[in-house]
Amino acid sequence: MASSSTTVPGAGPIVGSRSFLSKLREGDEIARLITFIFAAAVVLVTLLLVYELWRDSVLARQKFGLAFLWTRVWDPLADQYGALPFIYGTVVTSTVALFIAVPLGIGAAIFLAELAPARVSDTLEFFIDLLAAVPSVIYGLLGFLAVVPLMREYIQPALKKTMLPIFSGPAYGLGFLTAGVILAIMVIPFIISVSREVLLSVPRDQREAALALGSTRWESTWKVVVPFARTGIMGSIFLALARALGETMAVTMVVGNVVAITPSLFSPGYSIAAVIANEFTEATGQLYSQALIELGLVLFLLTFILNGLARLLIIATSQRGSGMGHA
Amino acid sequence: MKKIAGLLVAALALATVAWSQGALLINGAGASFPYPIYSKWFDEYRKAHGNAEINYQSVGSGAGIKQVTDGTVDFGASDGPMNDEQIKAYTDKHGYGILHFPTVLGAAVPTYNVPGASAALNFTPEALAGIFLGKITKWNDPAIAGANKGVNLPANDIVVVHRSDGSGTTYIWTDYLSKVSDEWKNKVGKGTSINWPVGLGGKGSEGVTGLIKQTPNSIGYVELIYAAQNSVPYGAVKNAAGTFVKADLASVSAAAAGAAKSMPDDFRVSITNAPGKTAYPISSFTWLLIPAKISDAGKRNAIKDFLKWSLADGQNYAEALSYAKLPKEVVAKEAKALGSIQ
Amino acid sequence: MLTMTGVCAFVAVSVLFLILGYLVYNGGTSINWNFFTKLPTPVGETGGGMANAIVGSGKLLLLATLIGVPVGFLGAIYLAEFSGAKTAFVVRYAADVLNGVPSIVVGIFAYALIVAPMGHFSTLAGGFALGIMMIPITLRSTEDFLLAVPKALREAAMALGASKWKTIATVIVPAAYRGILTAILLAFARVAGETAPLLFTALGNRYWSPGWNHPVESLPHMVFTYAISPYEDWRRQAWAAGLVLLGLILVINILARAILSRGIAVPRS
Repeated sequence: MASSSTTVPGAGPIVGSRSFLSKLREGDEIARLITFIFAAAVVLVTLLLVYELWRDSVLARQKFGLAFLWTRVWDPLADQYGALPFIYGTVVTSTVALFIAVPLGIGAAIFLAELAPARVSDTLEFFIDLLAAVPSVIYGLLGFLAVVPLMREYIQPALKKTMLPIFSGPAYGLGFLTAGVILAIMVIPFIISVSREVLLSVPRDQREAALALGSTRWESTWKVVVPFARTGIMGSIFLALARALGETMAVTMVVGNVVAITPSLFSPGYSIAAVIANEFTEATGQLYSQALIELGLVLFLLTFILNGLARLLIIATSQRGSGMGHA
Repeated sequence: MKKIAGLLVAALALATVAWSQGALLINGAGASFPYPIYSKWFDEYRKAHGNAEINYQSVGSGAGIKQVTDGTVDFGASDGPMNDEQIKAYTDKHGYGILHFPTVLGAAVPTYNVPGASAALNFTPEALAGIFLGKITKWNDPAIAGANKGVNLPANDIVVVHRSDGSGTTYIWTDYLSKVSDEWKNKVGKGTSINWPVGLGGKGSEGVTGLIKQTPNSIGYVELIYAAQNSVPYGAVKNAAGTFVKADLASVSAAAAGAAKSMPDDFRVSITNAPGKTAYPISSFTWLLIPAKISDAGKRNAIKDFLKWSLADGQNYAEALSYAKLPKEVVAKEAKALGSIQ
Repeated sequence: MLTMTGVCAFVAVSVLFLILGYLVYNGGTSINWNFFTKLPTPVGETGGGMANAIVGSGKLLLLATLIGVPVGFLGAIYLAEFSGAKTAFVVRYAADVLNGVPSIVVGIFAYALIVAPMGHFSTLAGGFALGIMMIPITLRSTEDFLLAVPKALREAAMALGASKWKTIATVIVPAAYRGILTAILLAFARVAGETAPLLFTALGNRYWSPGWNHPVESLPHMVFTYAISPYEDWRRQAWAAGLVLLGLILVINILARAILSRGIAVPRS
């Protein structure tokens, strides 16, 4: 797995044994080994989880094969299961969430790190961190009681005037758009926390150099500080994406829970995580619960692909070479 | 870092030592519908009988059946009886059977939001099936209007709302629709989660009632206990004897009494569309699932003793929480069945 | 443009404060001394509390921290300081994917791995599930902060002849400590509010849970079961439990920051 400039301890021949011994004496190789074990544990746990999902979905995989991925029917009574509407809903809600949360979160992080007085910024940050701990059922209830009526009465009628096909159909208040908004609210703390902290750790001389060269405050922030912190900000977006993909309780309360594929963001839909949470506890048939576990596997695959795409996007859009290594 | 580590170790030690009492711990899991009454019962029972701590958790009926079969809990609970296949799986695994004990009764009621209709609406079985199949789409459809003479029903589209999470309430509702409509039975069927022909899904009773409150011209179903505790308006349903009955504790118990005569020995019975003039047709028992053989004598005695108590004193707590009591005939039959737990 | 970021901050922060305010408004009235010292009571009886859930959450989070933080933190050090690009890519990718696994699936995983073989639900299984969920957040954000430490600092230490691990322990980690703490607290807060992974691992318990081998109650689980119950009384208590949970995280945040900021004087850049 590790094929870098230096060797992995205990694996492969020892290149340059003298330097290895001296490193061992100084503790470097031991530290390296120990930290390697923990890093490997992360991969191991992930693989184990996939294996567990793979093993527990064997019946469903055999019965439906790959067609599971593009079947649109989900009928527990007829034992017919397909993942497509859920895949669609998961992608759409997460996309909407990031579309809202990324600019808002990064903007807020820049403000807190660069402009706000340190004391104000630290205090706000303190409360923002707390929000990560709010149980998702509370976000769900809040969304249901506050955001849904707001959507139906004001926001959706306003958006409808744009005449765009993604803003069409009856305004129930529930649906992809509302779920995306709730998800955005839930992931913003992650983006702000991590991005702000990374921005703060950009060395002062970077800023000062830019200002000395006659840049405006905004230019020094946007052209010097933000690129310097880019990898960290990207990391925060990955965290947010992951959270949005896997969220259950809050989504299911506002997404409408209808197994359908419709282009309008106003329509009710469903997501993979939501259907697993809704039906797993009541699933009694063997094939039924296995199909739900296979959905978990599909979400895993989806996360895998979306993460890959996001990485490609970063590489494609990064003007600075250093970015790729950290993707 | 060292200080934190020290604190952690201290807290760990403290947590391990503290609160290790000698009480008998019994774990059960299953249906969420009876969770409030069960937690009340186990609490009262502990107050009256001291030593046994019976911990019940609402993980859902399906999970309750799975957990008791896996043996991770001492007993299970379900809103629908286990089917033959599940019982066979249990018996194959353990070498002995599992017993069903009805505890209390619940019901599902149609709730709606129709602007202009002030009086409680009446629903025929045909109207309910038609609405939930998506064939009746307007509120002023003759199938609805015919049973509601004098009520001003609008010509608006009906918005159907159902439970999105798998639930016993959905099971009762669809069990009823399957009995009264062949089309429903053949096209859709009954279950805790089904492939709905139409409608929006609300998460939990809260989700369904919330949606209906917010959406004009909507209809859905919730459990009676939820409607009663939260003053949710709901309609009457025409029962098998041809009368329109509004669900309440008496009419639900009446449905059970109607079914009591034909109660099978294993108590696995559906009482939807039950006979009897006063019976509310969308009612159901909820069951505790008790292993036929409990090897730990302490647990066995505690569980048996508790069941006996729940059939007598326990029933008195039901109505305050909006659960319907078991009819006398069923209580007597269950008391006899207690002897078969070994 | 700078004003725009101010607007962003204002919008984001005010939405978040609305949520906090809503929680305080709904839960505040139900909190009294009994809430912290008594066991839950059945519907309709007053004077009950959630003492067992508070202790239970504490125990679960302790276990989760003992699993999640070492793996995440040390793994991040490997990625940032030792590993080559390819290994780091694989580990990061794995962490990102693991982070996207729905919490209920983590619960199913812990059930298969711990509950099923042991034959019963336990605090251990719940702590394990939460610990797994802490790993990716801790790892990814800790690494971000380690990498943000200026190269000059590293090079200076190495130039003085310090070995690599000494440089890490005495220069890099202290320089990034604020961020690392944020990472750990964020991961901690994230799992503190989780219900789904606990449903099939810790199960829940109306009473005290002795030791580590029995089902245990937790605050988010109480929020979950009470918030969807038919009774006004329980729903009020659900909000209160949510508020207490936030209070718990708040106290831990303050304590952790207070303890760690002592003795390590790294000025904000």
